[in-house]
Amino acid sequence: MRRYRLLEHTADTGLVAYGHDLREAFANAAYGMFTIIAGRRGVRARVKREIAVSAPDREALLVAWLNALLYHVDAEELLFCRFQVTELTETALTAEAWGETIDPGRHRLRTAIKSATYHMIEVAEGEPCRVRVILDL
Amino acid sequence: MTKRWEGPLQQVDEFRWEIPQSYKPGMLTNAIVYADEAMMKHIREDFSLEQAANVATLPGIVGSSLAMPDIHWGYGFPIGGVAATRQADGLVSPGGVGFDINCGVRLLHTNLTVSEVKPKIAELVDAMFVAVPSGLGTKGKIRLRGKEIDEVLRKGARWAVESGYGEPSDLIHAEEGGEMKGADPDKISARAKERGVPQLGTLGSGNHFLEVQVVEEIYDAEAARVLGIEAVGQVTVFIHTGSRGLGYQVCDDYLKVMAGAVPRYGVVLPDRQLAGAPVRSPEGQDYLAAMAGAANYAWANRQAITHWVREAFGQVLRQSPRDLGMWLVYDVAHNIAKLETHPVKGKPTPLCVHRKGATRAFPPGHPEVPARYRGVGQPVLIPGDMGRYSYVAVGTEAAMRETWGSTCHGAGRRASRGAALRALKGVNILKRLEEQGITARVVSPRSLAEEASEAYKDVAEVVRVADGAGISRSVAKVRPLGVVKG
Repeated sequence: MRRYRLLEHTADTGLVAYGHDLREAFANAAYGMFTIIAGRRGVRARVKREIAVSAPDREALLVAWLNALLYHVDAEELLFCRFQVTELTETALTAEAWGETIDPGRHRLRTAIKSATYHMIEVAEGEPCRVRVILDL
Repeated sequence: MTKRWEGPLQQVDEFRWEIPQSYKPGMLTNAIVYADEAMMKHIREDFSLEQAANVATLPGIVGSSLAMPDIHWGYGFPIGGVAATRQADGLVSPGGVGFDINCGVRLLHTNLTVSEVKPKIAELVDAMFVAVPSGLGTKGKIRLRGKEIDEVLRKGARWAVESGYGEPSDLIHAEEGGEMKGADPDKISARAKERGVPQLGTLGSGNHFLEVQVVEEIYDAEAARVLGIEAVGQVTVFIHTGSRGLGYQVCDDYLKVMAGAVPRYGVVLPDRQLAGAPVRSPEGQDYLAAMAGAANYAWANRQAITHWVREAFGQVLRQSPRDLGMWLVYDVAHNIAKLETHPVKGKPTPLCVHRKGATRAFPPGHPEVPARYRGVGQPVLIPGDMGRYSYVAVGTEAAMRETWGSTCHGAGRRASRGAALRALKGVNILKRLEEQGITARVVSPRSLAEEASEAYKDVAEVVRVADGAGISRSVAKVRPLGVVKG
């Protein structure tokens, strides 16, 4: 199964991510977002951050999850490459993300992402599960 | 995923189009879009017009939902969107400001001419590239201790000047004097501050840039002279950046607050990204206090960068920045909400004016315009793409009458990033720029295609519409000589 695909949006970039369950789709959305930032290769899983977010519904939870990861990019200069969503309810998510400190000399940095947005957001269960998010670049 | 927008659109005159209030339920007013016929074909290709219609549903909106000629698809508001709501009973919407709070542009004057700078442009651009941290994962050089971030959030550019980055006179020639009143650091989350502390004094990536330019054309010699643009061939500098991760986090934090507030105030909105709360509600007031703090961070950021740009010039040209005449002409915010009083049906009315990818353009004589420029109008800075040119303009009475004193903010994207990348596959953009006489230094060459001319509308077309409609008046055109990007 494809993990994600990119969507075209004039000002920004969106992605649709897939998974056998929503936890996997959420993890793949994070993976897709970090490939936009720094490509598919070169980031090593050296440090782990535990992420816990809550939100009024699953769509807002998706935005909160991605933005929690972006917080670590700015505040700690981390890039992530591996994601495990350990728990996902209607209103709460806990996850682990692995990555390392940004090294402009070694990482193939592409672009920073300002935020995930609620614009056209979609969380759909099914076979496969599918989530959509537009990112403000 | 993009389909053509087929909604109703009536051409009012050569430069104005109307989406009638009857287009969809919930619209409280019409939408007016500034564009010409050729441009409208492109604008219809995405859903930005639907967004302009959605903005017309904001409770308390007065006048029309407005879209400047650089309109393109955003989230919630279109980029290029302007909307004023009544302070008494209207909404303030963080989506009407955007993630990059007080993203803006400043223009520096120099006494230099193109013939003096051209032979040293590579050295100059290198020096700027070193002096101003840019790109992803590059730490700023400013080390803030303890609660010092709160001072930045309160004082804006003044914090920077007091800390040795720049001159007191820099604080006269900026929107709000580079220090927005009403900022409250306590309304900004710890996470936002943690994102902001390491990034103060950094350019960032994406469409942010430093640009050394040469004046190519002057349209109004008298106004140009007042703005310090004396002759064709003179060198100027543009600085374009915003509030970095701190602003993004403030927007994100308050979108969550507003999502909770929307049902409480009985507001129904067509798009979640438009969420807001009444201007005078606790949530509205908290957002405005946090937004002002983020705006001040952006002004401190541009001020610190200004100082390093001056140092880079001084070092390469072996003269002091003062002798080089590197004074600040003006600094504009193009993502912001402002509490302003405008006449509504003849009566002065306190409004909250959202400018999302739009520039304030106050007319001659307005008290908010610095004394130096009061005879000609507020300077308006309109950056184009890095391969073409940018404009310096002034505000007008027509803008005051029609757009709450607002005009366009840039070229506006034309192609998606992916489309630009595909169209430019195999093209060496750095080399192409060099052939055009533009020396560029970038952290991420991979993202360069997304910023190439092909990705943007021709800013000359955008400015022609703004001039034609009278919402700003072009004073001069400047062309890039050297560019620094993240």
